Amino acid sequence: MTDTQPVDTATRQDTDLVRVEDLKVYFPSNDGLIFGRKGNDIRAVDGVSFTIRRGETLGLVGESGCGKTTVGRTLLRLYDPTAGRILFDGNDIASLSGRNLRRLRRRMQMVFQDPYSSLNPRQNVANIVSEPLRVHGLAKGSEADRRVHELLDIVGLPAAAANRYPHEFSGGQRQRIGLARSLAVNPDLIVADEPVSALDVSIQAQVINLLEDLQNDLGLTYLFIAHDLAVVRHISDRIAVMYLGTIVEVAPADELYARPLHPYTKALLSAVPIPDPAVEASRERIILTGDLPSPANPPSGCRFHTRCPYRQPTRCDDEEPALRELASGHTAACHWAEDIDSGTIQPRQDAVAAPLGGHSGDAAARPVA
Amino acid sequence: MPLLEVRDLQVRFSTRGKTVYAVNGISFDLDPGDTLGIVGESGCGKSVSSLAMLGILPKPAGRVHGGQVVFDGEDLLTLPDERLRHIRGNDIAMVFQDPMTSLNPVLTVSRQLTEALRTHLDLGKKEAAAEAASLLDRVGIPDARQRLRDYPHQFSGGMRQRVGITMAIACRPKVLIADEPTTALDVTIQAQILELLRTLVREEGMALILVTHDLGVVAGICERTHVMYAGRFVETAPTGELFANPRHPYTVGLLKSVPRLDAARKQRLDPIGGAPRDQTSEPTACAFAPRCAYASTESWEQLPVLRELDGATGPAAHRVACWNPVPEQDLVAAGIRQAPTGRQTGDQPDEERQA
Repeated sequence: MTDTQPVDTATRQDTDLVRVEDLKVYFPSNDGLIFGRKGNDIRAVDGVSFTIRRGETLGLVGESGCGKTTVGRTLLRLYDPTAGRILFDGNDIASLSGRNLRRLRRRMQMVFQDPYSSLNPRQNVANIVSEPLRVHGLAKGSEADRRVHELLDIVGLPAAAANRYPHEFSGGQRQRIGLARSLAVNPDLIVADEPVSALDVSIQAQVINLLEDLQNDLGLTYLFIAHDLAVVRHISDRIAVMYLGTIVEVAPADELYARPLHPYTKALLSAVPIPDPAVEASRERIILTGDLPSPANPPSGCRFHTRCPYRQPTRCDDEEPALRELASGHTAACHWAEDIDSGTIQPRQDAVAAPLGGHSGDAAARPVA
Repeated sequence: MPLLEVRDLQVRFSTRGKTVYAVNGISFDLDPGDTLGIVGESGCGKSVSSLAMLGILPKPAGRVHGGQVVFDGEDLLTLPDERLRHIRGNDIAMVFQDPMTSLNPVLTVSRQLTEALRTHLDLGKKEAAAEAASLLDRVGIPDARQRLRDYPHQFSGGMRQRVGITMAIACRPKVLIADEPTTALDVTIQAQILELLRTLVREEGMALILVTHDLGVVAGICERTHVMYAGRFVETAPTGELFANPRHPYTVGLLKSVPRLDAARKQRLDPIGGAPRDQTSEPTACAFAPRCAYASTESWEQLPVLRELDGATGPAAHRVACWNPVPEQDLVAAGIRQAPTGRQTGDQPDEERQA
């Protein structure tokens, strides 16, 4: 099971496995149906920089369309970056091709969201799980069989699963098959894109625990992409929050939840329903107005200014905020983060929903807007 | 007499010689202004129950096997189609999970909205258009009058769900059934839609049945919650009581398996082992027994029915269908309840509140 070169854990901790610098991924778009006039490019990812340390889990959160999946896929060079650099263990992924790219790709694997569509229904599990071994020429014949059984065992599936087909398994089990496949080549990095969103909560917990066990046992590094903030916080060491193609805040997981500094993070956290009526009844909720603007034509200045309840005149509209380190390891891209954090700047009243005030309908507790 | 009275509703699906026992006898009452949550995981029968109540089960596989759904003195399950169609939309309306599939993609929003208004409320063309615009405005769609001319695909997901809600409330129904209304939406949009539902219930006095898999969603909106497993209610209580003092091992399992944003991070989650019951046979024992740490011989042999805990009846009743309800000390150990015996629910430290 162990890889060829055992790496000293101490040195592992303080080096970055992945370094992303000013990454941009644009997709061309056409206005017309047939005689396409050239439209604005969709700026799915527009200047994103971050690092993933060896052995850590970096959570990437944001709403649909914010570019989090594109970041994950570009990391594996499933998309070509428009600009910027992606260094994987010091090698620039964007400049590689052919054999060198394939050799590097063996070290990074992906786990997909939908366990129903990411497995070939006509192949049995043994075939699915051993495919990466064949593709990379790592094992074949009885050696591959042995490896398949080993992998099934690691992800908690019985050996008999090898001869069965995906439709015979439940969603949670299929996700285990997908994990076994991604582990086949002994990767360093796993990009998990919404790996538990399609699963029921009781099954979700099983898969999350499995992901954590695998990380501990195999020394994996995860980029965990998800929209469920509670799940992301549970599994991540650090979290990056994305909005409309940019990263607006990065912080250690607990710190991000205890002290969100970007208004978008605040709104996102306050929007998550808490499974406790007592908490739901008393907490302050920021309700964002409107929808996500189009990434083909992002707002000027701070991209969040069109929906931001803390927006201040002119500067937010004109000047794009850079990520600034506001506390140790905690960066946010907001001009007014300090003032908002200290309470000097308050949110607009209409953005703050009244606490629900309990179920007995006592309206007395509601502050008048 | 309650507004809606569901008694022992049973739904089965038959396909190629196999029968799936989807709903196996659920009962509840709904009064005007009530907000009721039905929570469960996929396949537990929560959506099928609501489809069955409205007579829109997928045919011919699905059929109501037994029970009554009495609305305003009439049993919806035995009504002729014509009459049922009148009640559906007029008195009881439904909001579906995915507004993209529940709206007609080739008709403008205006056409679809005014159709309902004209059939059910007998409005003229002009009046219907005006009413449609004011309804869209009511649910918070900007430029309502302009947007009437748009097709569903021109709306974003959240806006589309607002249109779906508009269609449902167009005739001022007495009961609104919302089946996973926010599952397809992002959290910030979900918050908007839940806020809208809350407002509508408060201001229009509608009764709401909210069907969802998300415990967090019911916590913020429902007065009473039913937990459903394998086609039966396994626990039902006022929502506050249910979360503070869950007694069915399945409810406790659900609460323990979700990570919570407002609590300290746990080392490990406690999943519910095993998989949901294969429902191709009629349940004759506790359906949760194979996954349950508290299962006893009785659990494997006899079907538990909902029974009151601590004698509270009426709106405060807390009922559990379990032979071995989770003992209090285990709730304390699981961190669901505080150690002292006082049944206070509202005094948790409010870590979530931010300055």
